[in-house]
Amino acid sequence: MNGQDIRRIEQFLYREARLADEHDYDGWESLWTDDGLYWVPAGGDDIDPTTRMSIVYDNRRRISTRIKQFHTGKRHTQIPASRLRRVVSNVEILGAEGAETTVEANFVLVESRERGKEIWAGRYTYRLREVDGELRMAYKKVALVDNARVVPTMSFLI
Amino acid sequence: MTTTIAERYDALIEPERVHGSLYTSPEIFADELEQIWYRTWVYVGHVSEIAQPNDYVRKTIGPQDVVMTRGADGEVHLLLNRCAHRGNLVCEADAGNSSSFRCPYHGWTYRNTGDLVGYPFPQGYGGRGKLDELGLGRVPRVAVYQGFVFGSFAPDGPSLAEHLGEAAGELDRLVRLSPQGEVEITAGFLKHRARANWKLLAENETDGYHPQFVHQSIFSVAESGIGALYGEKSTAVTRDLGGGHSENDLRPEFRRLAAPMGWFGTTEKKVPHYVAAMRERHGDAAEEILVEGAPHVMIFPNLFIAEIQLFTIQPLAADLTVQHVTAIGLKGAPEMNTRMLQQSIGSVGPAGLLLADDTEMYERNQAGVAELRPEWLDIRRGVGRESVDERGLTIGGATDETAMRGFWRHYKRLMTTDRVAAGTAAGTPR
Repeated sequence: MNGQDIRRIEQFLYREARLADEHDYDGWESLWTDDGLYWVPAGGDDIDPTTRMSIVYDNRRRISTRIKQFHTGKRHTQIPASRLRRVVSNVEILGAEGAETTVEANFVLVESRERGKEIWAGRYTYRLREVDGELRMAYKKVALVDNARVVPTMSFLI
Repeated sequence: MTTTIAERYDALIEPERVHGSLYTSPEIFADELEQIWYRTWVYVGHVSEIAQPNDYVRKTIGPQDVVMTRGADGEVHLLLNRCAHRGNLVCEADAGNSSSFRCPYHGWTYRNTGDLVGYPFPQGYGGRGKLDELGLGRVPRVAVYQGFVFGSFAPDGPSLAEHLGEAAGELDRLVRLSPQGEVEITAGFLKHRARANWKLLAENETDGYHPQFVHQSIFSVAESGIGALYGEKSTAVTRDLGGGHSENDLRPEFRRLAAPMGWFGTTEKKVPHYVAAMRERHGDAAEEILVEGAPHVMIFPNLFIAEIQLFTIQPLAADLTVQHVTAIGLKGAPEMNTRMLQQSIGSVGPAGLLLADDTEMYERNQAGVAELRPEWLDIRRGVGRESVDERGLTIGGATDETAMRGFWRHYKRLMTTDRVAAGTAAGTPR
């Protein structure tokens, strides 16, 4: 791992954050590999999602359904879309195996809607894969600091 | 002349419309806690959450923090989470296994039945055994039906069987879907906040008029037969079960399809082990069960079963409610449970493809009901085409507001009858 790798990975994370913040749904979806998994656990960071409820546990097909739903223009909870800005920081490369690199980062996100302002925070875990010379997300886990507590509607891409 | 409380609610609740202040007034909310949440039977949890002796899990009745415990002898208790000494929480963990709870403040210790076991330095109280009358607060009545645990803060009143009335049959229908005749609630809960009055949630649960509009976005992109169940052409009915309970009875539509597992949007080929286990248990009756599927029932005031999901409505303020939601598990049906869990995660909770939009509606409704004009909300849809079924229950069309009218009739009864007796006899927390 060298300095260039971390810079390249950070640039990828910042781009992913911007696409999500700006509701560029197709741009965001294009970052995924064909077998991508998008997971937001509930009731702890390390629950078994095959036996416990998660806030999001989308395989690649459900990611696509989620995106299509936004595109109908009738996903009421995103009309108007949440105003979002997040800061991604504390980026660490935690390991590499074959073409995949495991990366973690902290985030703080401010969401503004008519009902008020929400602060979201947590830790991202990514598995990034090199596909045709580009980085792609094969896995994104969002461990919310609030995941064991009552949370409001979270219908944007976190 | 002063108006009586009964006259006040008479003026706010009419058969075909209700006043907006019912959703916004903090005084009415406080009154509801006393007259409904601290008096009638409220759903608390399920026995499978405390499967083993000495298991416990933290639950709620409205704003009250309740610990649901199973004693060493297997009995279920509902205890208030409050030390009898200085009021500290005695149970901090969400769930666990323990025969006792020890208050961290001064070390007072209670059995999981609520009895006080001991307190340090007893000489300060004149010796041991001087405070035997103190214990954890208890929900005076606890009753279980088909594994569903209900509590009532009123020491006397209608039995749980009387409270459930016709709704009991819907819980019977649900447990029949398990090859072992029991459901399990073991997947943990999503806790979804709505800045809205609890009654907007309760009314919506069996409102068949909204799905085509609120959920059109997901119906149009995912294969789902749900939309058609709630259309003008649907043969499904909305039934007022009495006691504030109601259901969307979708069976007429599923019988028309006559396809085993069609109610779950799948086929028997996809869940062969489950279907085989059901046929083994139920014999000829299995065909009917597999075609008709699960109930869609709202049990007043806080338990909603939407086929494969269980919701508990928790009111916290006139404009603040938490919806606790989980996937229902069918005992002895791992094949189904995996699917029901994955479908539930996709549908419900803060990011759910269905429920997030409902919650958006609750919150926008709450903003609207606070407006000064017009003052009323209309609930007359279908009033001219209701009929009475063979059980003597009122039914309306799939999209009619029959359920809401039943909800409000019962609400008005609870808010206007036996007020003095309930206020004193219940010994309710304030």
